[in-house]
Amino acid sequence: MSIDSVFVHKMWNDHELSKMVSGGIPFPMLSDAGGKVGTVYGIYDDAAGVETRGRFIIDPDGVVQGFEVLTPPVGRNVSETLRQIQAFQLVRNSKGSEATPSGWKPGKMTLKPGPDLVGKVWEIWKTDQAFE
Amino acid sequence: MEEEEKIGCARPTGGPVGETATEKTEEKDNLITEVPKMIKVGQKAPDFTAPAYFKGKFVGKKLSEYLGKWVVLCFYPGDFTFV
Repeated sequence: MSIDSVFVHKMWNDHELSKMVSGGIPFPMLSDAGGKVGTVYGIYDDAAGVETRGRFIIDPDGVVQGFEVLTPPVGRNVSETLRQIQAFQLVRNSKGSEATPSGWKPGKMTLKPGPDLVGKVWEIWKTDQAFE
Repeated sequence: MEEEEKIGCARPTGGPVGETATEKTEEKDNLITEVPKMIKVGQKAPDFTAPAYFKGKFVGKKLSEYLGKWVVLCFYPGDFTFV
């Protein structure tokens, strides 16, 4: 979503993005003239008249699980967004009984928070695992 | 399912749907102003409608159409902004 019109979205898709992504952009390119939606989401830059790089992960109940906002010159890390979605999905599927430690990726160990784990994380999880 | 929009010269727009959450803030001079509330994790994402370009067509989209699915909503400064 940006403040550009759908016509400009079409031009950008047809003339540039479709040359990077075969078949063009596979999701809706949303238009927010005037930044009304961006304002509600708190990422509209009034002074510049544009939306900053806000990224929101919204779960199947419509609840915001995470967000990140960057200033315009720095691009996002899509892999990190996907990793976070996978982590939120795991937590949701476990009905909150499992938690994903720092640096968790699919296949790595999760933690089961409870009275027995208080003060014992150091025994089963090492900081090196955050960087694997 | 979405309907294809009729395209004219007027620029289609959308916007927030339903009430917008605001907080009352008391200023020093006792003026009460309303400021928009920042999004919080664990709370509902504000619903909205927006025109979209999607697979060769101009359509209208609404966030709440996607209930039941995971959604990544990305904002960016503008088309052709390099990164």
